[in-house]
Amino acid sequence: MTINGWLQILVFCGVVVLLVKPLGGYMYRVFSGERTFLTPVLVPVERLLYGLAGTSEREDQHWTGYAAAMLAFNVAGFLLLYLLQRVQGDLPFNPAAMGAVPPELSFNTAVSFVTNTNWQNYGGESTMSYLVQMAGLTVQNFVSAATGIAIGMALIRGFARASGKSIGNFWVDLTRATFYVLLPLCIALTLAYVWLGVPQTIGAYVTAATVEGAQQTIAVGPVASQLAIKMLGTNGGGFFNANSAHPFENPDAISNFIQMVSIFALGAALTNVFGRMVGNQRQGWAILATMGILFVAGVAVTYWAEAAGNPLVHALGIDGGNMEGKEVRFGIVLSSLFAVVTTAASCGAVNAMHGSFTALGGLIPLINMELGEVIVGGVGAGFYGILMFVIIAIFVAGLMVGRTPEYLGKKIEAKEVKMAVLAILCLPLAMLGFTAIAVLIPSAVASVGTPGPHGFSEILYAYTSGAANNGSAFGGLTGNTPWYNITIGLAMLMGRFLVIIPALAIAGSLVAKKTVPASAGTFPTDSTLFVGLLAGVILIVGGLTFFPALAVGPIVEHLAMIVGQTF
Amino acid sequence: MSTHKSASLLDARILLPAIGDAFRKLDPRSLARNPVMFVVAVVTALTTVLFLKDLATGAGGLGFSFQIILWLWFTVLFANFAEAVAEGRGKAQADSLRKARTETQAKLLEGESRTAWKMVPGTALKVGQVVLVEAGDIIPSDGEVIEGVASVNEAAITGESAPVIRESGGDRSAVTGGTQVLSDWIRVRITAAAGSTFLDRMISLVEGAERQKTPNEIALNILLAGMTLIFVLAVATIPSFATYAGGYIPVIVLVALFVTLIPTTIGALLSAIGIAGMDRLVRFNVLAMSGRAVEAAGDVDTLLLDKTGTITLGNRQATEFRPVKGVTEQELADAAQLASLADETPEGRSIVVLAKERYGIRARDMGSLHAHFVPFTAQSRMSGVDFDGSSIRKGAVDSVLAHVKSIAASASGTPADSEAVRNIQAISDEIAKLGGTPLAVVRDARLLGVIYLKDIVKGGIKERFTELRRMGIRTVMITGDNPMTAAAIAAEAGVDDFLAQATPENKLSLIREEQAKGKLVAMCGDGTNDAPALAQADVGVAMNTGTVAAREAGNMVDLDSDPTKLIEIVEIGKQLLMTRGALTTFSIANDIAKYFAIIPAMFLAFYPQLGALNIMGLTTPQSAILSAIIFNALIIVALIPLSLRGVKYRAVGAAALLRRNMLVYGLGGIVVPFIGIKAIDMAITAIGLV
Repeated sequence: MTINGWLQILVFCGVVVLLVKPLGGYMYRVFSGERTFLTPVLVPVERLLYGLAGTSEREDQHWTGYAAAMLAFNVAGFLLLYLLQRVQGDLPFNPAAMGAVPPELSFNTAVSFVTNTNWQNYGGESTMSYLVQMAGLTVQNFVSAATGIAIGMALIRGFARASGKSIGNFWVDLTRATFYVLLPLCIALTLAYVWLGVPQTIGAYVTAATVEGAQQTIAVGPVASQLAIKMLGTNGGGFFNANSAHPFENPDAISNFIQMVSIFALGAALTNVFGRMVGNQRQGWAILATMGILFVAGVAVTYWAEAAGNPLVHALGIDGGNMEGKEVRFGIVLSSLFAVVTTAASCGAVNAMHGSFTALGGLIPLINMELGEVIVGGVGAGFYGILMFVIIAIFVAGLMVGRTPEYLGKKIEAKEVKMAVLAILCLPLAMLGFTAIAVLIPSAVASVGTPGPHGFSEILYAYTSGAANNGSAFGGLTGNTPWYNITIGLAMLMGRFLVIIPALAIAGSLVAKKTVPASAGTFPTDSTLFVGLLAGVILIVGGLTFFPALAVGPIVEHLAMIVGQTF
Repeated sequence: MSTHKSASLLDARILLPAIGDAFRKLDPRSLARNPVMFVVAVVTALTTVLFLKDLATGAGGLGFSFQIILWLWFTVLFANFAEAVAEGRGKAQADSLRKARTETQAKLLEGESRTAWKMVPGTALKVGQVVLVEAGDIIPSDGEVIEGVASVNEAAITGESAPVIRESGGDRSAVTGGTQVLSDWIRVRITAAAGSTFLDRMISLVEGAERQKTPNEIALNILLAGMTLIFVLAVATIPSFATYAGGYIPVIVLVALFVTLIPTTIGALLSAIGIAGMDRLVRFNVLAMSGRAVEAAGDVDTLLLDKTGTITLGNRQATEFRPVKGVTEQELADAAQLASLADETPEGRSIVVLAKERYGIRARDMGSLHAHFVPFTAQSRMSGVDFDGSSIRKGAVDSVLAHVKSIAASASGTPADSEAVRNIQAISDEIAKLGGTPLAVVRDARLLGVIYLKDIVKGGIKERFTELRRMGIRTVMITGDNPMTAAAIAAEAGVDDFLAQATPENKLSLIREEQAKGKLVAMCGDGTNDAPALAQADVGVAMNTGTVAAREAGNMVDLDSDPTKLIEIVEIGKQLLMTRGALTTFSIANDIAKYFAIIPAMFLAFYPQLGALNIMGLTTPQSAILSAIIFNALIIVALIPLSLRGVKYRAVGAAALLRRNMLVYGLGGIVVPFIGIKAIDMAITAIGLV
């Protein structure tokens, strides 16, 4: 580890924190229906859309109505994307003449993009037409992120409103998240990426003659626009198979920095929106601080492990950190930081191969996802995810101040606990459950790249990434088989909707409750003590469940490496 | 609630029967009430069956399995034992109450008759019937005195042997079945049918027979069940991981890991904590009609306290005589004393005392003065004496002024001395501002001055309110006084707010207002007109001396009829919740050490490298697993005293309280099992158990 390396990490954290208030303030105004600089332009568009959808911004929904609208929208999005892939050969904007995508892969990919996972069992430049990339994948990149933000807003309203019935209007939230938040930022980012050298064209692939005189086809396409939303919306699905390790998708350190910041920007800002909506910004900062502690701890471990490198390689007389699977233009610190950011935030874009990290370096991305992507997390998703843990933490420890548990004046009772437990339970169910089945199926085991504990990690990583809606891959595992396409698809669905529905149910239950005013006897939820408690509960309740699995995966791999054994 | 008392309650008379109960509670129907322990019992039973099968087929390594299974059963039994001990404490109390519920005979009055009665068994009485209870009789059932006054010994219920007065009308009309009339007679209208009397309810409450899970307990059980499910997933997937690695893990080891991971500590002690919480109230002579009420007590945000008796001593006392210009203090004192000689109210007596102490005016005999006492009436709002053709009156300032005016008017011509009137008004305003009550004194038509009656705030009450404020509880004083007086007393006593000129209606609307703001309100009351407010309050403590209506409306009854207790009731409620939270946190924090004990031991056979995770340096895989399961069982027993006694509550505010408890039960919960498991490992290795 170097001082220079830590300075880069520090600058990254600093910029993310600096963006929290301006972005939070802006989003707060957007979702409160207040006037912003875009209002004059967008209100007519909004009116038109609401009119077409037969709704209005004044029409608020009960949580069940909100959930039904969300589900209907996602099912429609899934069907559309599935069909687009199946018939892409007959549709325009297909200069590379891609044929229909096979059914299982189409299912997997459709689920993947609808759930904001962007797990890619396909290679973008060799499978998808421009039309599918733009009208299918990129559209879902926007709306799946907007869906996450909408759910986050609905849950925030559960806390902010008192004695009410409705938690907002899904269509309005979806529209505003897309048009006011994602679209303007993406336009700016796309221009920045283009300026940095990222291609943006609907022209055909370029054929070049190499120095040796051979012919090489160089894939290009509308990369910059997809890149902007892939990061900002924590989607992570690369235009190219190599994702952000590809020079056209991530040319240099500046583009790398912008990408990392845009992964965290909205998720971090949502904590501030929360604080503003409940009338105390410190509440938002406390949650962000918890995320920050877990994040920095993760960065420290991964950076340390990667910088320390592999003693077995050192024994061969090659000094230095672990550069396997990393781009030299990013080096150890930016690859480590990117890996932790992308897995903390449910993004899943990669600029290095996580499977090539040292065992401990690769352990952190796994843990980040197993905790349920609550360290900043996917846009909206990370926020409602961490609130599930807040509910559990408050319930466990809140009693210790001698009152029945309450958070922000809302009593946490049987219904909230039930839903929060359900949401948390579905992750180990999908992650451990599918892994346990897969490792017993010979054909599924045959897909791994390396046998032994590392192969186990590959399978565990795949289901973990799917259920956490992250989408990054460990590398090594051949995921494009019917078994993995279908089971990872199911894991993604469970990890998305089995969390969203309970979160909405909690919002619906909370919104009906009275708000108890805070007093000296109230559990302080904006204190350092609470930050520590929440981090502890996330690690113990969310993390310890995976200890046995991690022990027979990365942990044993690491311990074996120390004694000179490889698999 | 001294430590001595609770220590003595852990004596053999409770512990021995509890051991038997621990086995009786293995009944699946009883176990099913507790999801965590039920799961433990089920897996233990299944493991036992597997063990017996192995025993029959003569498989090897059975000594280790046997020990694990033994400790698994102990885990279940210890949980049952904890509950049995908690119940045992209540049972002892119930037994003494049952003695009071012996068969009684009742003198049932027939028809409209007031004297003719026939003897019927107490259990045959119906609601609405009227009985006669005479000196020496046991009151057959709960009822309301409709005629007569009697002194009653209520020791059977309250444990207090000094007799209390019960009389018809007013706020002391309720009588309780099982208590004894010591003198005189009363006619009682029965208000409770046999089997549902206060005593019956009390018995079933302290025994825990009717114990319903409270809302918070239900929610906690859901969380514990959810965590159990999460650990089912964590453990059930291990065999498949092991198969991938080419290894095999015995079922007994998986069961051991599972049972140590699930929150057995809190699961085992949860119901004991609840029962002990109710029991602490009973010991404190307060009966909560439901566990829900005890929980609500911990959540109280606003306390409504009656001024008289709670904040101030029952009675106002004369502290000063303030004459108008032209009248000496001596003259005013003399007149005031004369007017109060025959006044038996505490205020009247305090005037006589003050006149004697300050001005040396001796008591005089009313008879020799030919004086005639004029008692206080609600219409005149004055009292005084008439003698030798002149009259002295003392009373509320406005009524005395009205009195002077009317005399002046009838004596045609002599106008009221307007300067004295202004003088009187100035003095009384000043007194009222200080929180006192002014009583004007007039001889014939001549205003003499004002007696300053002062409310004496109880010693130490201000500190109590400061404490409550630190707990985040707002105190509101309820008084019939005018706003000015109320404000002064409120300031002196240090309450946060007051409701002056309180009526049952505005009391009720105050409660509703607070509740609309999301606050929980506690109050106590005794009169029938308190009943609506008691019913509306989240915690309504009815005084045992109160009316039947009040007792029915409240959700707690204070057998000592001491309104100050409301503060302690809140503390007991908080203590219950804190104990629950502390043990839950402790239980969950324990998991870290257990993982580190069992995971390396479990995988050691095929991943020897994982031995590095054995940071406690436990001797062998077997000893590690056994130590963890022994620790898991013994910690339940070790925490029984704490769960019965409760975590100590300190009025230091939530932040400080949380910091302390997090340190003790959170951090302690992480550290203690590391030490405990290591110690057990050393012990069992030393004696060669594994």
